Amino acid sequence: MLIIKNLKAEIDGKAILKGISLEVKAGEIHAIMGPNGSGKSTLAAVLAGREFVNVTEGSVTYFGKNLLEMPAEERSKEGIFLGFQYPIEIPGVSMVNFMKTAVNEHRKYKGLEPLSASDFLKLMREKKELVEIDSKLANRSVNEGFSGGEKKKNEIFQMAMLEPKLAILDETDSGLDIDALRIVANGVNKLKRPDTSAIVITHYQRLLDYIIPDVVHVLYDGRIVKTSGRELALEIEEKGYDWIKKEVDKKDLS
Amino acid sequence: MPAWANLKIPAIDYQDIIFYAAPKQKASYDNIDDIDPELKKTFDKLGIPLEEQKHLSGVAVDAVMDSVSVKTTFRETLAESGIIFCSFSDAVKEYPDLVRRYMGTVVPYTDNFFASLNSAVFSDGSFCYIPKGVRCPMELSTYFRINSANTGQFERTLLVADEEAYVSYLEGCTAPMRDENQLHAAIVEIIAENNAEVKYSTVQNWYPGDKDGKGGIFNFVTKRGLCRGENSKISWTQIETGSAITWKYPSCILRGDNSTGEFYSVAVTNHYQQADTGTKMIHIGKNTKSTIVSKGISAGHGQNSYRGLVKVLKNATGARNFSQCDSLLLGNQCGAHTFPYIEVDNQTAIVEHEATTSKIGEDQIFYCNQRGISTQDAIGLIVNGYAREVINKLPMEFAVEAQKLLQISLEGSVG
Repeated sequence: MLIIKNLKAEIDGKAILKGISLEVKAGEIHAIMGPNGSGKSTLAAVLAGREFVNVTEGSVTYFGKNLLEMPAEERSKEGIFLGFQYPIEIPGVSMVNFMKTAVNEHRKYKGLEPLSASDFLKLMREKKELVEIDSKLANRSVNEGFSGGEKKKNEIFQMAMLEPKLAILDETDSGLDIDALRIVANGVNKLKRPDTSAIVITHYQRLLDYIIPDVVHVLYDGRIVKTSGRELALEIEEKGYDWIKKEVDKKDLS
Repeated sequence: MPAWANLKIPAIDYQDIIFYAAPKQKASYDNIDDIDPELKKTFDKLGIPLEEQKHLSGVAVDAVMDSVSVKTTFRETLAESGIIFCSFSDAVKEYPDLVRRYMGTVVPYTDNFFASLNSAVFSDGSFCYIPKGVRCPMELSTYFRINSANTGQFERTLLVADEEAYVSYLEGCTAPMRDENQLHAAIVEIIAENNAEVKYSTVQNWYPGDKDGKGGIFNFVTKRGLCRGENSKISWTQIETGSAITWKYPSCILRGDNSTGEFYSVAVTNHYQQADTGTKMIHIGKNTKSTIVSKGISAGHGQNSYRGLVKVLKNATGARNFSQCDSLLLGNQCGAHTFPYIEVDNQTAIVEHEATTSKIGEDQIFYCNQRGISTQDAIGLIVNGYAREVINKLPMEFAVEAQKLLQISLEGSVG
């Protein structure tokens, strides 16, 4: 599905990603962990198509296509969804209107007719139940005045509406209490199909108690320094990141 | 010419302006199908297909082209309920007493430079009178179009709602693209008697000039309503997307006790457009209320100023005003300015003013992009969300068009 090769990227001339290679196959869940400032969010930004990140080297192939050449909205319509670490507020634009525009753009891309108002509202109702989101949120402006937890749940709701092939969740667990965390994780699990994949970016392992990853990567200083199974996450939970940092720094010295 | 506005106005050669131009082949306008195809296209674009007027029954239209009113629809139907809706030139001939009684009572010819100019040279416009106790059964509207080159347009609108009457009135304006600037100096006068209500909406889409600021209409208009009677109400709603320079302050004189004035405005300036617009609410009567909601949108090199006066006179016990002036910026070359004036001479008055300035962020646009929405559509969504409070005040038929117009006029303003 997604093949990243030797990806290097910088922001304002400062190198952030220093050669990342990663392959995500259909059906897999990859967790990307790492200390603050290691480049996790930058990687998500590159995959979603943010323009302030400048890719200097490497390639990203998505279903055989050069992802880096696609504008952000096309990536979305091709099935890439980014759950934002800090969801953006758009005052005056109702969630209904926002989602209706988005869903119909996706449908147009696939050559489908736009949904009628009643079909759309029905779809919204179904998905709201699926992700256990408060129905009142839908009538409010996009993320405006939402609590931290509501914003994150709203991301999962949008994901449910757009049914992505590849979901990238950027620290979706940050700032969530345990109940909200469970709702978010349940949402992700329910939406998972055998042919869809997810990249779960997280600082802590607790989200991975609920979303079970197939592969865990540790990102440090712009590089993937460790890749292993789920047990790696547990080891990090127990020992923190310092032992990995030391290992890497020692290697760099020698 | 007054120089206090926050506008850069190139010198106007008044000798060079044609003050009267009649559309060619006037005779053929008797048949609605014979109207200039360009004009018809304009109406269609604004969702007012003249041809379908007969079936739609929703809107009665007076079309003013250059200096002459070319067509008024539904005149007969309206006459059945005693409503007079016709061109100004017809009104002068057929209802001279009404015209004499009301014309110039709200905007005297000495009012300001452009009011004087208009009073001296105007040749036509729209006239509307709603008799006592009549609720006008349909939307009335006037469409203005400047068609000939080098022509200025100086029309007048006079709208009278007698006691207990109600009318909702809409004006639309368009002009073809021309390299030279053209002057539009109109006067709109509204009078509301006891318990009368007038809702006046404007969708102004005069040619704004090209993206380098060449050409476009100078829209210097004096609009004023007089709430003469008790419990009367005048409400202005304007969507200003066109004109190279917009300079106007649709205002309310709240003379009757318990009268209400409202002003809802969205003004867009893109490329090199300039706007200095707002309102005046003059509280004279007791317990008079006014509401001002102004939403400025600046893009490109556009300069957008809100200028408003809330004046409470000595005897206006219990006067109440709420003003909200928001500015939205797209890009870093444009400007937003707010000049609120508040003069209160009565201690019981309550006057509130709120203002915000915000910018459409790259973050917001990217958020939309990531959900599959193009940048252009994202701007449309965000801008319409921002202006929703005002657009909701428009008659429903026009709200959708106004939304499209906002989006079109901001095309290419980001990215």
